[in-house]
Amino acid sequence: MTGVRVTDLVKDYTIRNGLKRTRHRAVDHVSLELTPGRTVALVGESGSGKSTIAKILTRMERPTSGTVEVRLDDGTPVTDQARYRREVQMVFQDPFASLNPFHSIEHHIARPLRIHKRTTTAEETRERVREMLERVNLTPAAAIAGRRPHELSGGQRQRVAIARALAPGASVLVADEPVSMLDVSIRLGVLNLLGRLQREDDLAVLYITHDLATARHFSDEITVLYRGRIVERGPADAVILDPHHEYTKLLAAAAPDPERVGAVRDAAPVDRDAIDSGRCYDHFAGEWREAGVPSANAGSAA
Amino acid sequence: MTNLKPPPEAAPAADPALDPALEGATAKAGWRSLLPTMTPWLAIGLVLIGGIALFGLLGPLFVGDPRQIRDIGLTGPSAAFPLGTTQTGQDVLAQLAFATRGSLEIGLLVGLLATALSAFFGIYGAYKGRIVDEAFSLFTNVFLVIPGLPLVIVISGFVPRESRGLWTIAVVLAVTSWAGSARVLRAQTLSVRNRDYVAASQVSGERPWRVIVVEILPNLLPVIASQFVFAVIAAILGEAGLAFIGLGASNSSTLGTMLFYAQNGFALSLGAWWWFIPPGLVIALFGMGLSLVNFSIDEVINPKLKNVRLHRRRARRAARLEREATRAARRGATTAKEAVR
Repeated sequence: MTGVRVTDLVKDYTIRNGLKRTRHRAVDHVSLELTPGRTVALVGESGSGKSTIAKILTRMERPTSGTVEVRLDDGTPVTDQARYRREVQMVFQDPFASLNPFHSIEHHIARPLRIHKRTTTAEETRERVREMLERVNLTPAAAIAGRRPHELSGGQRQRVAIARALAPGASVLVADEPVSMLDVSIRLGVLNLLGRLQREDDLAVLYITHDLATARHFSDEITVLYRGRIVERGPADAVILDPHHEYTKLLAAAAPDPERVGAVRDAAPVDRDAIDSGRCYDHFAGEWREAGVPSANAGSAA
Repeated sequence: MTNLKPPPEAAPAADPALDPALEGATAKAGWRSLLPTMTPWLAIGLVLIGGIALFGLLGPLFVGDPRQIRDIGLTGPSAAFPLGTTQTGQDVLAQLAFATRGSLEIGLLVGLLATALSAFFGIYGAYKGRIVDEAFSLFTNVFLVIPGLPLVIVISGFVPRESRGLWTIAVVLAVTSWAGSARVLRAQTLSVRNRDYVAASQVSGERPWRVIVVEILPNLLPVIASQFVFAVIAAILGEAGLAFIGLGASNSSTLGTMLFYAQNGFALSLGAWWWFIPPGLVIALFGMGLSLVNFSIDEVINPKLKNVRLHRRRARRAARLEREATRAARRGATTAKEAVR
């Protein structure tokens, strides 16, 4: 299946303030590799550049420098825009905003099918839409297809969004905080669904989140992002249980832990500016590296 | 695999799945949410518009030649001429029928032209963003500050009378009236364009024109409908104003030209009310009807307005019930007193 290699991604935003222009570096030399069947979690606080990476991966934004390379099984790189769209799809954060209130559920899934010529006749499309809905556990599919987004719950909508992302036959899925807007009680259901679809289709998944607990539960590899730079990466358990970077420790400590009631409250305030975003601990190599600089050999050792 | 069962509310809905009619009903319900709720005001507006449109459409088929000159100048309403005659003995009713048709034609034409212009400059510019948006905004702003009526007068005066047809007037009115709507549409589009569902359709590979027409446009429909109605009102009034000062279309008769001739024929000073009141009334009533419809469309755009109306209605009902209750209590008290007596 298809893999993605992100090399030295940089994204600068120009901030215009009157006549003065300043540059804000949202993503600073980020390198990642997504392989089929594996989930890479991208963890970081708001503004750390997670969503910018998602936007660049789905070609909604152009990177300032760096490359995103999508390769098919046989090693041929994807250059054609339509093919790229077919291979790389995205699940958005807010299921209440990602479905057009005007259109039926059927429309949302039928369009990608028709755009990527997965189906040819109207009858076939209808049939396929129902199949997709059943795959994401939305039954009775025929009744759901005719409904409109406001008639569904948040969890159901997110399932529709997942079905839409998979409709073109995508093999790389970018999930931008897919469960953060959902009730806690249905998060696990949606995550398990994503996990099942990943196994069935051998998807390469980039799971963006700020929640370390779901990141550990759902992903194989965790990459911690701070101020646009990768500050720690490694196998999920290693990063959570044995954090090396101060920022990862801070993140891990911020998660509520029933064993240590009051730990967060009693902890000494952390000086954010003192956190060093200039180095990155790589659990695969077991060593510190410099962050925010061009990488010698791109990607993780996964 | 997931531990989630289908939601409980979906269980009773299992039957509609087999019933295609019901499925169609939900799809239609979506469109219905775009339509304004029927209120007495909306009903009055629709009746006014419908009646006047019907009169303009069918009236000319049943009346005689509006230009025929007779030797019974300036007679009041009679059986032969229900709205009397003009100074030259022309049938006012016949003129009114043709004039209404002319005014409606102009209104519709300008409404369509102005809406198309504002939709193009407002929506397309906002969607493309950057330099296109900047250019379109500048263009819109220039047209926005051009004083409408004086320009219309200048242009209409500049075009020779022979070539000053219906289309010329319509284009002139449309060109001077689209800018305000374009700005509103631009603002709305900027808001809609940044929603996730637009991004999602772009990610799934939708072509730009389809994103605009299929994903964005439907969410702007109520705004566009309201602007269209407003453009029609403005056009009819604008044309009437132009015609009244003698700059109207030369080849068609409108309500404005009727008023122009009534003014020239000293209808007011001669007390010939049947000559100038009917066209004035038709303009006023048609404008009123369109405005009433527009208020109802506003409720679709801004549901808060609907809540205000519903609250008022609820408050009225509560007050009525309270009055009835006190009355009943008082009546109960008097009957009780009588019973004691």
